[in-house]
Amino acid sequence: MSEPGVWRRLYPLSPIVRGGRGTIGIVILLLPALLRGGISAGDLVPLGVIALITLLGFVSWFVTRWTIDGDDLRIETGVLRRRSLRFPLSQVQAIDILRPGLGRLLGAAELRLRMGGSSGGAARLSYVAAGEVEQLRDQLLALAHGAPPDQATPVAVAADEHVLTTVPTGRLIASILISDVGFYAEAVLAALVVTALLAPAVASAVISGGGLVWLLGVITVTWRRFNLEYRLTVADAPDGLRLSGGLVALTSETIRPGRVQAVRMVEPLLWRPFGWCRLQVDLAGGRQPAEGEGTAQRRQLRVVLPVGRRPLVEQVLDRIVPDRPQRQSPPPRRVRLKSPLRYRNLAWGGTDTCIVTTGGRLRRTTCWVPLEKVQSLRRVQGPVQRRLNLATVHVDTAGRAVRAALRDRDTAEADQALTSFAELARAARRTRG
Amino acid sequence: MRTDVHWRTPSARLLVLRRLEVAVLTVVAAIAAGVLGWLYLSPWLGAGAALLAVILGLAAERVVRRRFASWGYAEREDDLLVRRGVLFSRLSVVPYGRMQFVDVTAGPLERSFRLATVKMHTAAAASDARIPGLEREEAARLRDRLAELGEAQAAGI
Repeated sequence: MSEPGVWRRLYPLSPIVRGGRGTIGIVILLLPALLRGGISAGDLVPLGVIALITLLGFVSWFVTRWTIDGDDLRIETGVLRRRSLRFPLSQVQAIDILRPGLGRLLGAAELRLRMGGSSGGAARLSYVAAGEVEQLRDQLLALAHGAPPDQATPVAVAADEHVLTTVPTGRLIASILISDVGFYAEAVLAALVVTALLAPAVASAVISGGGLVWLLGVITVTWRRFNLEYRLTVADAPDGLRLSGGLVALTSETIRPGRVQAVRMVEPLLWRPFGWCRLQVDLAGGRQPAEGEGTAQRRQLRVVLPVGRRPLVEQVLDRIVPDRPQRQSPPPRRVRLKSPLRYRNLAWGGTDTCIVTTGGRLRRTTCWVPLEKVQSLRRVQGPVQRRLNLATVHVDTAGRAVRAALRDRDTAEADQALTSFAELARAARRTRG
Repeated sequence: MRTDVHWRTPSARLLVLRRLEVAVLTVVAAIAAGVLGWLYLSPWLGAGAALLAVILGLAAERVVRRRFASWGYAEREDDLLVRRGVLFSRLSVVPYGRMQFVDVTAGPLERSFRLATVKMHTAAAASDARIPGLEREEAARLRDRLAELGEAQAAGI
């Protein structure tokens, strides 16, 4: 609980948490020297860098302070260029709590206030004491919902949550093992083990010759996915979909339906016997991060459901795209000649406010696009398509990964869809956009 | 299809520019092929190589002409239509309200022909609304008109 109007500092160990990754990296670099017994002059450079970074971090911590001032959260920071940031709490759309691995060890957590308005920036308090972060979030949320500043008691906002699911760890591991990322890692590992068994000399040459970096990269990608999606809990809250979970770093974030640009459901071939699918959303985000906003803010594709079955997917979809089309129509039969692998998956459907398209060769991908989020439409016809009297209509959205397209439709149908989407999108923008 | 819309095309000077590019390349290639063939093989083969280069140049001219003819744009009440492409024909529909900014660029060659390229950007990276070879006055008019309409119809992301 923070007294209104009293200036406070961030958590004292913040600079260590913030510089943590770099420090760990440098320590690892120094490890061989330590093991050799003795640090040479050359190793003093990284040590100096650590010292400098830590010093700068503490200076930055020393000059940063924050307070709740009436309806605003104010943050002051900077040494040479003093900055005073003011975030009106009435514009807060969601408050996320992030706990990086090192932060959890040291008892620190980050509060991120996602602001509304055109800028769509975020206020970050990195870091505050882990013990009071939830209380603080509830207090800020209470203020954001219009409670008087002097008696903003932490209301139990979390109580309104209705937990939809927590992803079982066994299923998550299994799903990653048979996913594309997992296969890649397994192939690299298997190749390495086989060469190590058959020809140790070759294996060691590969490892010392850059193969190690590759291996680490593959493992990192796989690990990151596991780490991020470990015990991810999906809950239905009044202000949107609340996601929380993580293994080393814990995150908790709220996704408002209005921020969703497009939704994508992916069903890899090997997942289909189990009826599993994966749900991702593309979120709006400015191209350039605003002041006081980190790089993490720019990552736009978010996993909403790492692995789950259809009924669960429908439940989650009800929350983000409630008025979605239920039926899809397949393309003309002659498409089989042009796209034999895709043909079985291709389909699209639409209502007055939402389009759904399905595609993909081995990995079936279904995309939902709310019409008020459509940025532009494109009709493309290639030489083979012209011969078969087919055309593709692309529906462009502001997201990063979702590519919705009405692939290989009859030309007349494509033209008709292009015209009607343009009109429906305009109407949707006027009423909701 | 859309018979009700009034299509405009890029300036005829763009075709002149593109033809000139092809012509210069063809002449250079023909001379190089002819001289090299003459020196290293035989005069007849040199002449043949030069002829081949000229034939390829003529084919390229045909492609350029058809590609030029495929370009078109139309300002409708609420959106801009842009069509292009011979092998892959594309038609883009970009609502004015989705426009984030308009780019007007002119390279050195375009500048010497008093031409400019207008490009409309939206929040989607895939949006494709570029119109090359507009006369300078038309480019300025289009830019101002798009900016004005974009502002009037602007919608949040």
